Amino acid sequence: MSEQTLLNWLLTDEPTSRRHARLTRFYQGWLALRANTLAMLGLSILIVLTLMAILAPVLAPHDPFVQNLGNRLQPLGSTDHLLGTDSLGRDILSRLIYGSRITLYIVALVALIAPIAGLLVGTVSGYAGGWVDVILMRITDVFLAFPRLVLALAFVAVLGAGIENAVIAISLTAWPPYARIARAETLTIRSSDYISAIRLQGAKPLRIITKHIWPLCMSSLIVRVTLDMAGIILAAAGLGFLGLGAQPPSPEWGAMISEGRRFILDSWWVATIPGLAIFTVSLAFNLLGDGLRDVLDPKSRGQ
Amino acid sequence: MAVTDPISEGRLQAPFGQTILRVIATFGSIAVTMLGLLFVTFVIGRIMPIDPVLAIVGERAPQATYDAVYFDLGLDKPVIVQFGYYIWDVLQGDFGDSLLNARPVSEDIARVFPATLELATLGILFGILIGTPLGVLSAVHQGSWIDQIVRFVALIGYSMPIFWLGLMGLLIFYGLLGWVGGPGRLDIFFEDIVPTRTGMILIDSAISGHWDVFRNAFSHIILPASLLGYYSLAYISRMTRSFMLEQLSSEYILTARVKGLSERQVIWGHAFKNIRVQLVTVMALSYANLLEGSVLTEIIFSWPGIGSYVTTALLSADMNAVLGGTVVIGLIFVCLNVLSDLLYRIFDPRSK
Repeated sequence: MSEQTLLNWLLTDEPTSRRHARLTRFYQGWLALRANTLAMLGLSILIVLTLMAILAPVLAPHDPFVQNLGNRLQPLGSTDHLLGTDSLGRDILSRLIYGSRITLYIVALVALIAPIAGLLVGTVSGYAGGWVDVILMRITDVFLAFPRLVLALAFVAVLGAGIENAVIAISLTAWPPYARIARAETLTIRSSDYISAIRLQGAKPLRIITKHIWPLCMSSLIVRVTLDMAGIILAAAGLGFLGLGAQPPSPEWGAMISEGRRFILDSWWVATIPGLAIFTVSLAFNLLGDGLRDVLDPKSRGQ
Repeated sequence: MAVTDPISEGRLQAPFGQTILRVIATFGSIAVTMLGLLFVTFVIGRIMPIDPVLAIVGERAPQATYDAVYFDLGLDKPVIVQFGYYIWDVLQGDFGDSLLNARPVSEDIARVFPATLELATLGILFGILIGTPLGVLSAVHQGSWIDQIVRFVALIGYSMPIFWLGLMGLLIFYGLLGWVGGPGRLDIFFEDIVPTRTGMILIDSAISGHWDVFRNAFSHIILPASLLGYYSLAYISRMTRSFMLEQLSSEYILTARVKGLSERQVIWGHAFKNIRVQLVTVMALSYANLLEGSVLTEIIFSWPGIGSYVTTALLSADMNAVLGGTVVIGLIFVCLNVLSDLLYRIFDPRSK
């Protein structure tokens, strides 16, 4: 297939199969997203971050854990340490690069747990209706009523500090909005004609929910996840900063800021650089999320 | 949010009986939410790995002492009864004693809360006074460079770790420029001059006429309050912009323009007037969020508020204090949500 025919195949208005239709929609969405410079900027930052995490052992000039007290608090641009060293003489650049792994790990886990939990609760609640709906939505409201960081703090206090517990705590506070969205989508889909048609064909609720409702909830969930990622990164960094997330000597960015905080007036770069990294990544997620919303969410298009 | 969408529930001219029912339903849903909130903190307190009895009597206490405290805490009762006791205690403002200083947690919270309130209130003022005009400006000049800048400022606010911004603020404005006071509420030689009345130093010092203390307190609070306010500014300006855009594209605005009203009158007299209710709702919500954002800010600025209190307690495993603080913040959060919802219902004729 030459390039031109492939393009025609991807841009056709009359798809020949289900997969074809899916691919054309995906490609058209991509074209729309590609036209959005800021979203593309966000996407490239995230790609760089992912590459950095994968290639960390190759990219990092030093071992992120090796201490060298004779070489502590070296300033920016010193020979051999481009971004300087921290209070234990560890290379900040290397720690930053390895820290991207932790950030991605947390983000990926929360991005898996919270939306899936929310999707389950929301679709069941919306499809079942009645008292199931009332109870599930009350529970959702209770969790929404808590300020997120404070609830996460309380959970971590019980579970103990550490990355996994931070992920659990953040997920526990992050699922309710997804449940709300999934429920709203389910309510509109539930009464549509094609669901009635499937039901007449004898499909069971489980099949209807998993095969016909979940796929339609996806796009709004994806948008919400991307926009949420920034908040999740900030929450994880906040927990790390408080000493409740990743534990030393882990090069988690929030924990690095907390470490550099003591020397902020003399060695400003130790706390400044990890903060810039957090800011860049959460900005990237915000930019990409805004772009994705324009592409995937037809309701907000036109505005 | 804790309460259902007022618009979807809105009916035309509900009869009196229905209004009563709706009031009861609203209060019922608030009560259930608060009950759930208490249940969550109760469960957190139950599943924690620390034995509450050992935490009080110490590890070497004889069995008799242990048992006495065990019964005293009601731990021999069924869980549901314990939950009942817990609710009863909280309703009376009793969160148990702090393990650190053996004082009632409620007293501690009452002592630290004014500091948070002072900080958050100044922050929200900053957010409202700057965020609202920015949002209006941005909507009026939609697509222009002004709009781009305002949206960019908001976007940065959304993406910046608040504790890092605080550190940078301290570094630049305190460390390098020396324009503001450092961490804490006052310089050490201004402490304990002003008698505590409200617990808010700006007000206390103004009442007693100690203007030197007032100036010093102001130099300390201005930086954390404005950084905190920046976050609500981001949210408020974004929401103002989208509310204004909605109004400006409606037909009555076109009519007003055709009539020949000045642009100023169209924007402030007509469009802005119609978004005031929505704005108040947004402000109440961001005030609630500020209380939360203040946790990290307080730590950076050594601000002796409820955020510092909860995190200090947390690091020393003082669970009564942690849960007490969580409940207080949670209850305020729920109340502000409900309040913003009520304001919406009362002042927006469309929701009736």
